[in-house]
Order: sequence, then structure tokens, then C-alpha cells
Amino acid sequence: MNQRPAMDISGLPTFGHGPRSPTWWGTLGFMALEGTGFALAAGAHLYLATLWPNWRLSAPQPNHWPGTIVTLLLIVSLVPNHMLNRYAKECAIGPVRIGMVVMSLLGVAPLIVRWFEFPALNIYWDTNAYGSMLWVLLGLHTTHLITDVGDTIVLTVLMFTHHGYSGRRFGDVGDNVFYWDFVVLTWIPIYLLIYWLPRWG
Amino acid sequence: MSSADLTSERDLPPEREASAKGDIAPGRDGPRDTGMDDASLHRWLARTWRTPAGIIGALSSVDHKVIARRYLITAFLFLCLGGLNAVAMRIQLSGPQRGLIGPDLYNQLFTMHGVTMMFLFAVPIVQATGIYLVPLMVGTRNIAFPRLNAFSYWVYVSGGLFAWVSFALSMAPDVGWFAYVPLSGPEYGPGKRADVWAQMITYTEVSSLAVAVATIVTVFKQRAPGMSLDKIPLYVWSLLVTSFVVVFAMPAVMITSTFLILDRLVGTHIFNPAEGGDALLFQHLFWFFGHPEVYIIFLPATGMVSAIIPAFARRPVFGHLGLVLSLIAVGFLSFGLWVHHMFATGLPKLGASVFTASSMMIAIPNGIQIFCWLATLWDGRPVIRTPLLFVLGFFFIFVIGGLTGVMLASVPLDLQVHDTYFVVAHFHYVLIGGAVFPLLGAAYFWFPKITGRMMSERLGRWHFWLALIGFNAAFFPMHIVGLWGMPRRVYTYPAELGWGNINLFISAGAVLFFLSFVLFAFNLVHSVLKGAPAGDNPWDAGTLEWATSSPPPSYNFARIPVVTNVEPLWAEREPLPVATGLRVDARELIISTVAEAHPDIREKSATPSIWPLLAAIAVGGTFLYSIFTPWAIVWGAAPIAVTLIGWFWPKGDPEDEE
Ligand code: HEM
Ligand SMILES: [Cu+2]
Repeated sequence: MNQRPAMDISGLPTFGHGPRSPTWWGTLGFMALEGTGFALAAGAHLYLATLWPNWRLSAPQPNHWPGTIVTLLLIVSLVPNHMLNRYAKECAIGPVRIGMVVMSLLGVAPLIVRWFEFPALNIYWDTNAYGSMLWVLLGLHTTHLITDVGDTIVLTVLMFTHHGYSGRRFGDVGDNVFYWDFVVLTWIPIYLLIYWLPRWG
Repeated sequence: MSSADLTSERDLPPEREASAKGDIAPGRDGPRDTGMDDASLHRWLARTWRTPAGIIGALSSVDHKVIARRYLITAFLFLCLGGLNAVAMRIQLSGPQRGLIGPDLYNQLFTMHGVTMMFLFAVPIVQATGIYLVPLMVGTRNIAFPRLNAFSYWVYVSGGLFAWVSFALSMAPDVGWFAYVPLSGPEYGPGKRADVWAQMITYTEVSSLAVAVATIVTVFKQRAPGMSLDKIPLYVWSLLVTSFVVVFAMPAVMITSTFLILDRLVGTHIFNPAEGGDALLFQHLFWFFGHPEVYIIFLPATGMVSAIIPAFARRPVFGHLGLVLSLIAVGFLSFGLWVHHMFATGLPKLGASVFTASSMMIAIPNGIQIFCWLATLWDGRPVIRTPLLFVLGFFFIFVIGGLTGVMLASVPLDLQVHDTYFVVAHFHYVLIGGAVFPLLGAAYFWFPKITGRMMSERLGRWHFWLALIGFNAAFFPMHIVGLWGMPRRVYTYPAELGWGNINLFISAGAVLFFLSFVLFAFNLVHSVLKGAPAGDNPWDAGTLEWATSSPPPSYNFARIPVVTNVEPLWAEREPLPVATGLRVDARELIISTVAEAHPDIREKSATPSIWPLLAAIAVGGTFLYSIFTPWAIVWGAAPIAVTLIGWFWPKGDPEDEE
């Protein structure tokens, strides 16, 4: 078809942060579907819990301390996470590099404690359905934790190479911050379900 | 073209003001399309957007049209395979006590038929049509996340192959397409068959989810300047709503199949009532996905109908806003209804009535849609061509399917015909009438765009009548034999029941219906080779995919159109207003704002890469291995990580750097 120029877009920038960028929306989409998965798993847990009058099925109570430490670590990590977001928006490569290292460490730390959470459940996955659900919930979240920490470490290395100083990479850092919020946020209800539901229920 | 002209053009000073905010490295810039003549523009873009030559090149393609074509062909092949399953079942059932197929094989046949049709044909083919058309219709150069899109295809094919290779090894799932526990659980489902079901489901849904996210972001962020929400074509709306339904429904089936595989492989007790689990939980989780699934298949089909009708009625669709709102309403309501698949499980009375009511409520938006389509046809000057014939066939069949659906939504009737051929008849009317007929219409409608040639109209009409008659002959009598009490999923029946003649008739109809697809396939191949050249816009339709050549070039549009109307090509009869100022030496496209589609960013689209294929192989291998040992997840993690790093690590293209 014949064309007639009607608009000049040559002055547009080549990257944008947050909701301006498609990657942000893609990340949001994945959060939505993973969040649905979490919600359904939690729903299944509650469904079974209401089905059986004595849901713990005479298993001992889980020891909540490793889980509580993980929770605290995750909440504390939100502070540097959001500082990192600000630096990424300012395209400040130095602080971003430091922030990425800090976030990698703050990702590995809860993973280490997580290792002790599984035995602290005081039940195995194949003992009964209650044990199965605890392991499933914890496993689901651990998978997210591992993938996000892996992602963070790779991006940290990338930021130290000559590829680091580019708008696109700063955008990636922003999305990484966003996803970490999601990992922390989804943990809170799971933490309550695993450790406090048996105590209150 | 010599590389000399490229460098000389690269050396031209860029024609634009000083670096815009957001460019942190204004030094990295290249030539723009502003003022460039058509021939050099084409040369540049063709070079920048091409899929590399050779096998590795082909395997690295990230062009949405190339990927969509692969998807379409693969899904069509799976339709043929699933159809062959059906023909085999019908031959066995054509008379009482036939001994062609034993119960074990028959169980695998109907399970493979259901699984293939639902997971390997219907959902992939509607998504694939979207992968092809959505970027063209919204006026952009590629789908969002092109590598993810390529990855989704590889995951899909390998998932399908996995299922069919298992079938060839007599290891196919035999527990029905929804694989209820306890039948599929560790106690009653020995061997690997149910594991194949579980892993294949989880795995292929990864692919659907990836496509859904890519589609949503394409529609939200890559619309041509000016295509505000009220100017989005209805077909694009339908895919947007479908993608949302996928995002919120598919995780349910992944959770279901994951729980099942855990119960089977590592001894959890989630579905085991003896140890505090519950079997009905499986059905809740499955149908939370399974009912919306029907709409995942049906909604895009309504989008196709909404695209075909105005083109042949020669007027814009009546009630555009009403249609959009109906689509959204159907999307929401599709989640409220799953429990009607479980009436026979003895739910509390009140709950059952609520679900009956909400099942019937979905008739309202569907009714509005049908009303708007009929009004469009009524008020237009309809030209009856093959695509429209199939749409009319859709009306006819779908209304019958809807009626039997309303019957089934009432609890007493459902209990009566539960698990009989009445139900089989109903869902084939809905699935084939509601999705396959519009899809066939869409094939005739968009084939010229994809191949540059027209399909034979004469063969098309033959195809239509053969399909309509064959379909009704095969499926209408199933209602009757269902009311007589013939259960589904039986491999034979005794002669004394007197079901022989009607079943022979059904089988003859099924063969006729199958033959209509053979004719269709012949028409496809014949027209690809010998069809009349189509030109850009053979139907004189109004949406943007018709503004570019047939087939479209790798970069879709030489310049991005500027949209002023829902039917841009009817509003702006030549010349088409376009935007200028994009780079031509890198894969640039326009990112726009979500509601108004104001141009906002010049973003780079990903270049071809082999890594998505390697990642799919790593993920697929892990899934396959996991059927044999849970440790597969541990061993598979390393190759998956390596391939993903390869995928995302920048390679120094201009696309990676800015
Ligand atoms: C050639 C056309 C087709 C024929 C002749 C056909 C025939 C049949 C028959 C006879 C059954 C019942 C088997 C039994 O219960 O013993 C069946 C089941 C089924 N069909 Fe079809 N079908 C066709 C196309 C389709 C299509 C296009 C779809 C979906 C888009 C589909 C989806 C299903 C499903 C989901 C089942 C249930 C499988 C199960 O019970 O697990 N069919 N089909
Ligand atoms: Cu339903």
C-alpha cells in the first residue's frame, strides 16, 4: 500500500523502566500465573485442612524457627532491594554493581537457612497428606527462591562486564528487583500456613 | 546489494535532534527510515530482520510468522492423528461385539484422542493463529519475547512427540483425558502410563502459558500508534481475553498433574483418602482448569467469526463495544462453572443449584454475541464465500450444542445421562461446532495472507457440505444412543441391546467427516502450489494484516501504520498514514502506552538464537527422565541453567546493547 508519513518518532528513547517496558509486563504475567499456582496449592492445603477434623493427623508441630529466620531475612532484604531499584533508574553503574552483589548474598542467605527448614517440619512428605502438603508448599517456594537467586547471580556477573552499562541491563535489574518482591511476598502466606495454621488450628 | 551501500548509509549523520532522554549511549545509533526511498528501506529491513540461512538458521528463527506456521502445521498433523484414533474407535464400535480392538488398546485410543485433541490440537492451533495474526493486526514487527515464543514451539512439539512415541510403544495413558484418581493413582495405575499423562500435560502447558504471556504483552505494549483500546480489532480482543484465561486456568492443571506425579513417584498422599488426602480434590483442581479450557478454545473462534463476518457483510461489525464486553464477561464467567462437571459426585444441594444458575448465566453474553453477528449480516450485503459458509455452519451446530449444554446444566438430567454418549455428542457439538468450524472458515479466510495464494472456492464448498453432513451424521445420533443408555468409553456392546444399526450409521458419518478433512488437506496442498495469486487484500477487509503484502515480509510492515479507526483500511483508503524514525540496521519496533497506544519507546526485538531450542531440549529431557527418577530434577538443573544463560547472555548485537 502507498504510505504517507504522519508521525515522527525518531526522538523516542530506546528503553524505559517499570510499566513502560514490555519486560516489566512479562514479569508481571509470570507472577500472575505463578501466583495462581501458589494460591491453588494453598487452597488445596486449606481444602484438606477443613476436610479432616484433626488436620495435623497427630504429627508433631513444626519447629517454626528456621522459617521465622528466613522470613526476617527476606523482609530485611527488601530495603537494599529497593535502594537498588532507585540506582537502576538513575543508571548509576557503580551503586548498581554493589547493590547486585548485596542482593546475591541476601538471596543465598535464606537459601542456606531454608536447608534447615525441611527437617524442622518434623514430618516427611510420605508420612501422610499433611506432611505432603507442607513439603509441596515449601518446595514450591524454594524452587522460586533458587531460580531467582540464580538469575540474580548471573545478572550480577553481567553487570561487571562491558555489557553492564546499557539501558536494557538497568531495566533487567529493575525487573529483578520486582521479581524479588514477589518471592518475598508469596512467602508470607506460605509461612503462616506451614507454621502457624497448625498452632492456631 | 553490496555491503558498500550499507556502510555508506550508515555513515550518514542521523537526522534527528540531540540524544533523547533515555539514551545512555547516544553514540550507538544507526540509520533511520526517515525519508528513505522504498527500495533501500526494503533492502535494509530485509537484511536486519531475516532468518539466517541453513538448518541452524531455521532452528534459530524467532520470526512470529515462521514459528506460527510450524505450529499450524504441527497442530494440523496432530488433528489428523487424533482423527485417526477416532476412526479406529468408530470402526470397532460400528457393530456389536467386534473383535478388532481389545479393551486395553481402546482405553489408550480414547485417551490419546482426547489428550491429542485438547492439548495438542485445539489449544495450540488457536494460539498459533494468534501468534501469526496478532502482531500483524496490531501493526508491529514481531511478537513480544520472540525467543520465548520459539521456545514454546519446541516444548510443544517435543511434548506431543513424547505422547505419541509412548503410544507407539503401547505405553500411552489409558485413564481418560482427565485421568481421575484413584484410577490414575499409584494403586490402580501401575506402569508408566499415567506418568506419561502427567508429565506431558505439565510440559505442554508450559508452552501455552509462554504464548499467553507473549500475546498479552504484544497487545498491551506493541500496538501501532493510535490503536487505543476502542480501536483494537475484535479478534485481537478475543486472544487477549483468552490469554488471560490461560494465565489463570492452566496453572491449575499443572498443579493437578504435578500432585499426581508426586503421589505416584515419591509417595506423597495428596489424593489418597487413606492418609488424609482426598480424591475429589483432583476433580476440583482439574475442572478449575477444564471448564475454562472450553472457552480457551471457543473464545478465539468467536474472534475469528467477528473478523470474517464484517469482511463478507461489507460493513463494520454491529455492536463492537457489546462484543468486547461479552468477550470479557465470558472470560470471567468461564471460571465460575467448573463444578457442573462433578454433579454426579454428590455435592450439597444448594451448591449444585448455584452452579446450575451460573452455568446458565454464560448464555447471556454468548447470546449477545450471536445477536450482534446476525445483526451485522442482516444489515450488510453478505457475500457468501467459503469462510462465511463455515461461520454459518458454526451458528447451526453451536446452537444445538448450546441447547444440550443447558440441558446438562440441570442436575437431574445430568445424573441421568452422566457418562453416556449424550455427553460425548454434546461436547463434540460444542468443540467442533464452536471451534473447528470457525477455524476452518479462518483457514480459508487467512490462507491467502499466509501463502499469497487463494484456496479453491469450489473445493471449499464441497468441503463445507461434506463436513456439515458428515459431522451431523456422526454426532447427532449419539444423543439418541446416549439417551438409550449407551455408556461412553466402552470398547464394545452386546448385540441384544439393539444398538448396532445406529452405531453403524454413526461410524459411516465419522468416516465421511474424516474424508472432509482429507479433501481440505488436498485443497491446502493444491492451493499452496497452484492457487490463484491473492494480492495484499483479496477480501477487501479492513484490518491491518491486509495492509502488507501476502505473505508478509519478515519485518511485517515497511513502516509502522498510524491507526485512526477500528477498520483502518476502510477509513484510510490509500495512502496509509505511517510513523517514521525507526532504525533500519537493528530490529527496532515501537512500544506504546497501554490504553492510548501513544508511541513511547523505540525498543529492540530479539535476534535469532539457537538457545531456545537447546533450552527446550534440556527441559524436555529433564521431564522425560523424571518419569523414572525424581533425581532427574537435580541432574537436569545444570543443563537447564546453562541453556538459559546462553539464551539471555548478550552477544554484542546492536539489539542487545542499548
Ligand atoms: C473426526 C472427528 C471426531 C470423531 C469421529 C470423534 C469421535 C469420538 C468418540 C467416538 C469419542 C468417545 C470415545 C469413547 O468414549 O469411547 C470421542 C471422545 C472425545 N473426543 Fe472426539 N471425535 C472427533 C473429533 C474431536 C475433536 C476435534 C475434539 C476436540 C477438539 C474431540 C475431543 C474429544 C474428547 C475430549 C473426548 C473424550 C475422551 C475421553 O473420554 O477421555 N474429538 N471422540
Ligand atoms: Cu464445563
